[in-house]
Amino acid sequence: MSVNEELTGAASCTPVNGQQNHPMENFLRMDRIPHIWCPTCGIGVTVNCFAQALERCSISLDDVVVVSGIGCTGRVAGYVKVDSFHTTHGRAIPFATGVKLANPKLKVVVFSGDGDLIAIGGNHLMHAARRNIDLTVICVNNFNYAMTGGQVAPTSPKDSVLTTSPYGNFEGSFNLPHLAESIGAVYIARWTALHIHRMTDAMVEGLNKPGFSFIEILAPCPTIFERRNKFGDGLDRLKFYYDNSEIKHGADPREADVSLRGNITVGTFVNRDRPTYMQAMNEHLQKRIGDSFTPYEG
Amino acid sequence: MSVRQRKQPFGNTKPRVTRGEIVIIEDRCKGCGFCVEYCPNDVLKLSEKYNSKGYHPPAAVHPEQCVNCGFCRMICPEFAIYTYEITEVD
Amino acid sequence: MKADPKGVLTGSHYFDGDVACCEGALAAGCRFVSGYPITPSTEVVERFSRRIPLVGGVFIQMEDELASSIALQGAVWAGKKAMTVTSGPGFSLMMEHIGLAAMTELPCVFVNVQRGGPSTGLPTLPGQADMMQARWGSHGDYEIIALAPDSPQECFDFMIDAFNLSEQFRVPVMFMMDECVGHMMERVVIPEAEAIEIFPRRFTKKTPEEYLPFEPGPDMVCDMVKAGDGYRIHVTGLTHDFRGYPVMSAQCQEQLVHRLVNKIRLNQDAICKYEEIMVDDAEVVVICYGITSRIAIEAVHKAREQGIKAGMLRLIVVWPLPEKVIQGYAETGKAMVMAEMNYGQVFWDVERLAYGRVPVVLAGHGGGTVHEPEFIVEKIAEAATCLSTKN
Repeated sequence: MSVNEELTGAASCTPVNGQQNHPMENFLRMDRIPHIWCPTCGIGVTVNCFAQALERCSISLDDVVVVSGIGCTGRVAGYVKVDSFHTTHGRAIPFATGVKLANPKLKVVVFSGDGDLIAIGGNHLMHAARRNIDLTVICVNNFNYAMTGGQVAPTSPKDSVLTTSPYGNFEGSFNLPHLAESIGAVYIARWTALHIHRMTDAMVEGLNKPGFSFIEILAPCPTIFERRNKFGDGLDRLKFYYDNSEIKHGADPREADVSLRGNITVGTFVNRDRPTYMQAMNEHLQKRIGDSFTPYEG
Repeated sequence: MSVRQRKQPFGNTKPRVTRGEIVIIEDRCKGCGFCVEYCPNDVLKLSEKYNSKGYHPPAAVHPEQCVNCGFCRMICPEFAIYTYEITEVD
Repeated sequence: MKADPKGVLTGSHYFDGDVACCEGALAAGCRFVSGYPITPSTEVVERFSRRIPLVGGVFIQMEDELASSIALQGAVWAGKKAMTVTSGPGFSLMMEHIGLAAMTELPCVFVNVQRGGPSTGLPTLPGQADMMQARWGSHGDYEIIALAPDSPQECFDFMIDAFNLSEQFRVPVMFMMDECVGHMMERVVIPEAEAIEIFPRRFTKKTPEEYLPFEPGPDMVCDMVKAGDGYRIHVTGLTHDFRGYPVMSAQCQEQLVHRLVNKIRLNQDAICKYEEIMVDDAEVVVICYGITSRIAIEAVHKAREQGIKAGMLRLIVVWPLPEKVIQGYAETGKAMVMAEMNYGQVFWDVERLAYGRVPVVLAGHGGGTVHEPEFIVEKIAEAATCLSTKN
């Protein structure tokens, strides 16, 4: 069988009963399903909610571009049936910046993990937010570098046991809503994989909001983070989210720190307005250059 | 002025509730249990049977209680379960 | 197709190489530059930032070279022609993304205005020591095309060639200038837009149902699309099949990577460009590129005055090398002198092609200044002596 006939897994399975297909099948690359994520991993849930959010925004899938980096969440680009780009580690945001500036009519979404976006990609996150590039960044936070076997990440809470912090993490960890707020993101929300409706609402708001939206989603990583830190499996972790998350819309992001076994503050923290990069560019150059300048539209 | 009593309520004799038909794509399931745990009407339970990958997929033990809320579809990480609305004929 | 007149600054100008390079890019249709300042390349992006609002496009100064080298790739996938500009240290930072561009077969241009190296080196002085890095800098097997201009006029002309080659072969092209060419001011004549030939992007004519993003044509190059046209492509840096989907197997690696390499190696005749001066009766051929060629020609004339039959092969496209030409010199008994501003880079490949049949002498130095003609003449004499001893 030639390389190109090889399928990476079973094709869409025939349903047990029912005449219709799964409503997600138009959105997914069915020739690559089932996906590689572990049983009880939360990433599949976020993809579900994302598809729902796109439908609610009435955005044509032809106009959507998904850019992801490297890592478990980075594989999202490979499963969604839109123009999708699986770029290098940490550089999804500048790539997405290039796509958006070259064709502002596209709806560009960055879907990547905490290690990819915040560690190696931290600088790019900072500057894209500063510039208010019109992107929606969905950061799935599982508190470790899962794909490479579970190393400690800048988001891993203190005392997390991971392969490169075998005696527990002693480093400080990032509070992502606080970070996003300080670098200028205009829409910031955090939900867990359990909060499917609210997560979808947040994605809809983020997609519709002009400017840099940052949505953090805490997702279970059963194979590594939950196992190594004695949280059980993904279902146990969802129950933990249920018991420990507190919805506080508009809360001060500085208070939204996540500790290993403590409370998790979720909600929409920031929703503010600022001119986007393109708006600022066009307005400013129009003023300075005058009639020789035609506002850039792509 | 006296309040007129009615013997029967307007409209239907009993409240109308949406009903859903559950479709489980068994071979995609990885037995995570999210749908079972979070179905608001306890319609599902992990079955005893094994699917081709060796997991226990869910089965609808109380299908008549499904109200097509869609929670199982959205919380399933494997895209292995969904419901659609059945319109009842009165 | 012809150049878009909006980007063509027709006329006779007095530019430095950096400015001419920017004008060449604009004339070629480049409408997106993501850059980061680094001496001696900064003037290219400074010029672009000034010109692009009037031409219609985007310049964005990114936060580092890592971001610059990938933002341009997003812009190319969204349909624009794009480039970035840097020098040695930035070039090193860009290596991962040059690999990504090669793997995803992206038509784009990376300009490296070389300076003294390694590390921070000599920021304001010329070098030509990034040549091997241009070819082998990123990890893995891949091939790129590299050009070397020797004057501001060539910075303009060859930028158009660079963009054309990148579109024709869907490969990142390295434009290897140096600080001397970049900062020298000379007359640059820019023709009318109708006189400039542009190789259009190879957009596919197939429908989304028929199109496979990485299915090569007979010349081993795949047709392209852009995001937003309904093709719903998936592009990844992982080894992928015709659909663009990652396939982790040795078979797929062979199918993809061997083609990426052969795409350039086997299409050499269409890509190579060089200039031969007085080689027919030459006993020693000086091989050079970039600014060094302007000194080498002087050396060749001086050598002739001294009775040595010298000639010159100026490489315009440095990678891939015109292998058959160099092998031809070796077969006809012409010794070679490799004049370059480094301690031996292209030299090793020339020596390999000579296959021990003729002496190959390196006329190299570490940069910081251009060669002295006398130095090259000495090496020509050395080569001539070695040749006669051998014979």
